[in-house]
Amino acid sequence: MLKLPIYLDNNATTPLDPRVLEAMMPYLTEVFGNAASRNHPFGWAAEEAVDYAREQIASLINCDSKEIIFTSGATESDNLGIKGVFEMYAQKGNHIITATTEHKAVLDTCKHIEKLGGRVTYLPVNSEGLISLEELEAAMTPQTILVTIMYGNNETGTIQPIREIAAIAHKHGALFMTDGTQAVGKIPVDVIADGIDIMAFTAHKMYGPKGVGALYVRRKNPRVKVTAQMDGGGHERGMRSGTLNVPGIVGLGKACELSRLEMAADTARLSALRDKLERELLTLEESYVNGSREHRLPHVTNISFKYVEGEGLMMGVKDLAVSSGSACTSASLEPSYVLKALGLSDDLAHSSLRFGLSRFTTEEQIDYAIGHVKEAVTKLREMSPLWEMFKEGIDLSKIEWAEH
Amino acid sequence: MAYSDKVIDHYSNPRNVGTLDKSKKNVGTGLVGAPECGDVMRLQIEVDETTNTITDAKFKTFGCGSAIASSSLATEWLKGKTVDEALAIDNMEIVEELALPPVKIHCSVLAEDAIKSAINDYRVKNGMPALEESKAHH
Repeated sequence: MLKLPIYLDNNATTPLDPRVLEAMMPYLTEVFGNAASRNHPFGWAAEEAVDYAREQIASLINCDSKEIIFTSGATESDNLGIKGVFEMYAQKGNHIITATTEHKAVLDTCKHIEKLGGRVTYLPVNSEGLISLEELEAAMTPQTILVTIMYGNNETGTIQPIREIAAIAHKHGALFMTDGTQAVGKIPVDVIADGIDIMAFTAHKMYGPKGVGALYVRRKNPRVKVTAQMDGGGHERGMRSGTLNVPGIVGLGKACELSRLEMAADTARLSALRDKLERELLTLEESYVNGSREHRLPHVTNISFKYVEGEGLMMGVKDLAVSSGSACTSASLEPSYVLKALGLSDDLAHSSLRFGLSRFTTEEQIDYAIGHVKEAVTKLREMSPLWEMFKEGIDLSKIEWAEH
Repeated sequence: MAYSDKVIDHYSNPRNVGTLDKSKKNVGTGLVGAPECGDVMRLQIEVDETTNTITDAKFKTFGCGSAIASSSLATEWLKGKTVDEALAIDNMEIVEELALPPVKIHCSVLAEDAIKSAINDYRVKNGMPALEESKAHH
């Protein structure tokens, strides 16, 4: 029997893999030492577990285990990466380049940098959500210290041309940082091959626990340093103080190991399910996939259904836990800034649904989701005067609406 | 957002969804709202000209659950009322009946405007003077 509602919001967070929980359990009870306690076996056991997790993480992204800085999650990692570079490289310059479709953890941090006297360029994206390499190149200046562009987008799944972006940044003597939150563990991310100097990611997007993340900081070619944002005991090579979250770190390590071993199989299965979901929903007239369909994460699709309203649609798909293109928390619905950046009109941005699949998503769930969404969209359209006008061939843009 | 059972009921089982023949002289049509604002409501009434009574009402709404519920409820209330009684429907009655949350009062205003707009259309079609602009509540 299918259990409702069905969780398809895995870009927000994933469930914990039971194997990860199993690995973490001893570190919540028996092995409770502080990894910084060098004087007794309790500390040594914790440190050993942390070191092992570093190896598991390093294997996933092809780095040295010493290049992993543990944090509380991707938001902290993004903050530490951007603010840390801004402070550390202040003598070289104060210019940072990012994109308009970044996560708020990056955009809001960049706004903070501007208040501190930094200069930030926000690159636009095309209708597929991709930045232009020419525009990036043109934006580079001798004062540019950092280019930070996310790997895969959280709303549309669009994957940026990471290697080309890194090459441009390096050609101009800037560091390249990426927010790898949605990509790490889902697709092959190789910091050497990709030319990544700094990368933020987190455990809870890849079947690990919440509250633990990491920042990859390159140690060689070039040697990168970030100024700590918290003062304290000088943990994590002086870049992030605070007693390590040992059980969380063990969980992140195990999650990385499982992702490395199962990525190929997960990708094949999830992209097939995603394609089925998409193919079926696109049989509804006037429905559109948002973002690139070529360069994207295997488990994400974002679809707009024209002539239905966002909040009404969310009510109609009550058996699905999905995310909508509008933040309907107030009287005025704010459409997603990411979808707006792709050039979507307000009403199309409102009427979009984001589906994020996971290792635990079943075909039965996808089949149910297809039927449920189709039914809701069809019913709402039958109730929609805009749909009726569209079917009668009336040009809605020519109507003088009585605006409120 | 927590909706009342009545909103959910009207959303799930909307009453009187449909279209009346707007070319008929005794049918009044009101279309209010705008797509970019997230709600468009179309409300239609059919009037028995001898008794001045609304014999049928239909709606179609593009909008949130509250907008759908407000227009659905409006059609229920319109049927059987005289045109003058229909004109007296106040948006706050809709708010109370559906227990709309404060941020959704706008939906009830839209429903009231749709009623007035439909009645106005009916009046103009039948050679009566247009209604004066309804009370300023938006």
